[in-house]
Amino acid sequence: MSPAPAPLLTVRDLRVVIGGRHILHGVDLEVAASGTTALLGRNGAGKTTTVRGILGLVPRTGSVLLAGEETVRQTTHALVRRGIGYAPEDRGVFAALSVAENLRLAERPGAGEPAYDLVHELFPELRRRARQAAGTLSGGQQQMVAIARTLLNGNRLIIADEPTKGLAPKVVTEVAQALERAAEAVPVLLVEQNLAVVRRLARHCVVLADGRTAHQGPALDLLADAEAARRLLGVGSAGHGGPARTPAGPPARTAARPAARTTEADA
Amino acid sequence: MATVVLLTFTGLGLGALYFLIASGLSLIFGLMDVLNFAHGALLSVGAYGTWWAASGHLPGAGTEGAGFALAVVFGTAVGTIAAVLLEVAVIRPLYTRPREQILATVGVGLAVPALLSAIWGADARPFPGPKALSGTFALLGAEVPLNRPVLIGVALVVLAALKLFLGRTRHGLVVRAGVEDRAMVTALGIDVRRAFTLVFAIGGAAAALGGALGGLYFGSVDPGQGTSLLIFAFVVVVTGGMGSLTGAAVASVAVGLVQQFANYYTTAGLGDVAVVVLLAALLLVRPRGLTGRLA
Ligand SMILES: Nc1ncnc2c1ncn2[C@@H]1O[C@H](COP(=O)(O)OP(=O)(O)O)[C@@H](O)[C@H]1O
Ligand SMILES: [Mg+2]
Repeated sequence: MSPAPAPLLTVRDLRVVIGGRHILHGVDLEVAASGTTALLGRNGAGKTTTVRGILGLVPRTGSVLLAGEETVRQTTHALVRRGIGYAPEDRGVFAALSVAENLRLAERPGAGEPAYDLVHELFPELRRRARQAAGTLSGGQQQMVAIARTLLNGNRLIIADEPTKGLAPKVVTEVAQALERAAEAVPVLLVEQNLAVVRRLARHCVVLADGRTAHQGPALDLLADAEAARRLLGVGSAGHGGPARTPAGPPARTAARPAARTTEADA
Repeated sequence: MATVVLLTFTGLGLGALYFLIASGLSLIFGLMDVLNFAHGALLSVGAYGTWWAASGHLPGAGTEGAGFALAVVFGTAVGTIAAVLLEVAVIRPLYTRPREQILATVGVGLAVPALLSAIWGADARPFPGPKALSGTFALLGAEVPLNRPVLIGVALVVLAALKLFLGRTRHGLVVRAGVEDRAMVTALGIDVRRAFTLVFAIGGAAAALGGALGGLYFGSVDPGQGTSLLIFAFVVVVTGGMGSLTGAAVASVAVGLVQQFANYYTTAGLGDVAVVVLLAALLLVRPRGLTGRLA
């Protein structure tokens, strides 16, 4: 066996304290240099906070190595410009801006031609709705905007936080297809509760519990081990490509929220 | 009728002044959550800069024609520089401490008028405007001072320019997005702090221009002018919705007109109270202001 290639992203002992509350107590994870790495765990395990910590959107300590380079002291915008596409949990779509403006904002001037061909091929709807205010889109269409923004630039890492949450099964498939396609070219860190999507996309997985890493390994191994899946993810059966079910209940858990002003550490 | 015409022009002229302050105040608050109590001081800097230049201290500047235009440009430029310095040296180091930030802007808002009166005295100084603008024109039996339509025209040009900036440029796009969700703008790889400085520069320029034109409107400059106008500009911003340019324009007109008419037809001074009553009534009906969004 040849040695595994070095991971693209290595997170060591990531800790986040917000308002005096310890939310992450030392998360370790690696994002492989190719394919999709799933970040799993029950609700409230700290998946979103981990992603936000990696990006510097919340104050954090520890080590975040991107292609071997320490980034934990960098500002969010500087880190992102090194080649990260981020689709946040609440989609982060600017409601008052048009679809075209949302995409234009994600362009990085001076970093090559934006890949509108790819975006419009994957999501033809976005071209038709270019002038529509993003706030009037359906949840699925907003998610397409969020994913499209990560595909526009030649990123070296895409991070998507529960991109299928609350979407209709048909849209879940469409979003999963887009991510699958993206992952052929760029490593993806995917936070996902829909185990059918995980099974389809993820090669590796990291499971968080109570703000710590509880498990790392091949995704299929975990999904095949019903007992471990129940213990780590809180589900009885991992399902076998069955209908999209989230372990936390019906997928309609979050309706399209207006883009709320989130906290920030960058300002 | 003549009275109504005069009151309307005066109210709109005052509204134009309010807009020049409120537009920047509103953009700054919308983008940065900073209530800039020093914004009136920026107006005063613009007023004194223009006055100083037009009084013969700046070569080429004067009280007539191109010389006066140069004085206005100078006053506006000084106000813009002051605004950028304020953002970089006072606001920026305090981003993580909003309470200190407010106190700092209050401090600057008090210090600048004190500084101006220490240098040029606390009394009002006659403002040397061009003769062409000191006259009046007759309309429906009223003698309307010419500076009123000038103020209104300039405010409209500023409104149009700001709309073009916000709607057609990448910087404007960043500002509009930042008003909605600053953190997400940084997560797209954009240094939103540069937009902060830009918005301060634009707001400072508009306020300083308001100072120069306010000199024409009032016929004099004094150190407290900016601060007293700032109070009504706050009313305008809250009425129009934080971060909304159109809201600020509509609210400026409403506040200016209500104030003038109420002051004339009731006891003088009641107009100022009426404006606050208007604000309270509106906030009961529409808690987020007239529009609650930017554009
Ligand atoms: N800004 C915040 N302030 C306070 N607590 C937070 C904040 N963000 C997340 N938490 C808490 O941290 C824990 C982990 O949240 P999160 O990272 O969103 O979990 P997950 O994405 O795995 O569902 C939860 O208990 C949540 O309530
Ligand atoms: Mg989450």
